[in-house]
Amino acid sequence: MSPEAVVGLYVFILAIFVGFEVISKVPSTLHTPLMSGANAIHGIIVIGAMLVSAAIGGPLGLALGFFAVVLGTANVVGGFVVTDRMLAMFKQKPKSAGSAEQKK
Amino acid sequence: MDLRSLIPVTYLIAAVTFVLGLKGLSGPKTAVNGNRIAAAGMLLAVAATFFDIEFQSYGTTGLIITVAGIAIGGAAGFTGARVVKMTAMPQMVALFNGAGGGAAALVSILELTRALNGNTATPGETISSMLGLMIGGVSFSGSAVAFGKLQGLITPRAFKYAGQQIVTSLLFGGMIGLALVLTASVAGYVVVPQLAVMAGVAVLALLFGIALVMPIGGADMPVVISLLNAFTGLAVAAAGFVLGNQLLIVAGTLVGASGTILTRLMSKAMNRSIGNVLFGAFGAAPSGGETAGAMRTDDGRTVRATTVDDAATLLAYARNVIVVPGYGLAVAQAQHNVRELADLLESRGVNVVYAIHPVAGRMPGHMNVLLAEANVPYEKLMDMDAVNPEFPRADVALVIGANDVTNPAARSTKGSPIYGMPILDVDKAQQIIVIKRSMKPGFAGIDNDLYLDPKTQMLFGDAKDAVAKLTAAVKAA
Repeated sequence: MSPEAVVGLYVFILAIFVGFEVISKVPSTLHTPLMSGANAIHGIIVIGAMLVSAAIGGPLGLALGFFAVVLGTANVVGGFVVTDRMLAMFKQKPKSAGSAEQKK
Repeated sequence: MDLRSLIPVTYLIAAVTFVLGLKGLSGPKTAVNGNRIAAAGMLLAVAATFFDIEFQSYGTTGLIITVAGIAIGGAAGFTGARVVKMTAMPQMVALFNGAGGGAAALVSILELTRALNGNTATPGETISSMLGLMIGGVSFSGSAVAFGKLQGLITPRAFKYAGQQIVTSLLFGGMIGLALVLTASVAGYVVVPQLAVMAGVAVLALLFGIALVMPIGGADMPVVISLLNAFTGLAVAAAGFVLGNQLLIVAGTLVGASGTILTRLMSKAMNRSIGNVLFGAFGAAPSGGETAGAMRTDDGRTVRATTVDDAATLLAYARNVIVVPGYGLAVAQAQHNVRELADLLESRGVNVVYAIHPVAGRMPGHMNVLLAEANVPYEKLMDMDAVNPEFPRADVALVIGANDVTNPAARSTKGSPIYGMPILDVDKAQQIIVIKRSMKPGFAGIDNDLYLDPKTQMLFGDAKDAVAKLTAAVKAA
């Protein structure tokens, strides 16, 4: 196994733990925004797409590279914008709106 | 110092912003900033990649492809995300998720092709590429089918045919088999046309994704989307191994872990295993739907239908009302009407809260988003565990388009398919009003004893329509 692959495995295993630890604390009410936010984060594949965009020449190779960038960017931009829209709705309204009668 | 040596540092910063972003999403106050922090990290990583030596070696060709791709993909993603209705959000997430899966599959293909052409491919790299290609491909086509089902482009019903499991198994086996053949050929054990084999793996992965999702009913799509979301994360991590890029590994793995937790949580809330969702006959075409239209059961208990005016009077003179919104409310887009009704009741001194089942709506938290869109204050939404002790004190429980999550059979009837599923204790309220289009059973395909409870009144009609009429009647009361 190459040293690079071993480092990759370290990162992989540790990221699993971080993922479980960070995410298991999210209240169920925010699960849909979380799913959408996580969806945006895997759009990081767009940098992978950039790094191979013209890795193989020829019309087919370049077309595939182009599509990879298009798909990756759509994932990133769409994901973050949709999440932002969802979360904007959770924003606390100016105090007066909701707190008229609190608690039973 | 070469500024390029800073690129890995920016990647590290981006990875940290992703963790902080996910952490921020754990509270309603920090969530907006969390999402924006992660977006800023993403921007930083993309900007840094323009200076990558590998990327710059492509010269203007790479630059043109990338800038054009970002412009087109960004415009499509932005427009799609802005115009989508909040109720159609699950299929939008499916679409973006599929895009990510497709990108991961393409990246794996391109990088492995380069290595194969240059004779530098290693078995390890081949395995990673195959994983990225297979998982990403399945996620791509599976998400497309999920989108089509939720959007109504293809039948939301469970699509089944004879020999289905054999076909699906063959596709899966063929895909894995070809991937192994390619790995063996890179290791020098066999000689095959490598690019053709890789194309074969891609085609089989796409077909397998379709075969996997087609037989699953529309009501189960949220679980499927969540699972495919985790898949894409893993595909991105695999692509990270292929490229030796730690940021891809971290980000992909984070999503893989989160998607797995979400998926388990969702299927648990429905008392089903993931295997059951994927391979069970549960979400099949309306089983026993014909007989379930009956208004009377064998033991002589009857369903009591009510009128808008009676229901309105009951609500108007109650002290505590618990609203139980469900899938039917989401479909009818009645959230604004429900908020109006609740406001009106509160102006009359009625205390109104909302009982949110973990899987209310189309995915966990979806109901919260819909109600938040209608300006329902966050504090009014109560989780299942918090609200269940409140039901005995509620004068009226108003059930709007929720079914299986209110079925007492989950507590009492051992043989029931939903036995053991956590439910809202609606039957413990003093009076129950159920707004529902018909007596048709929910997606579990079983009758709901709640409707036969002597305390229960059924108000038949479309959720939006019925709630609007209720509001008018309460005003008059």
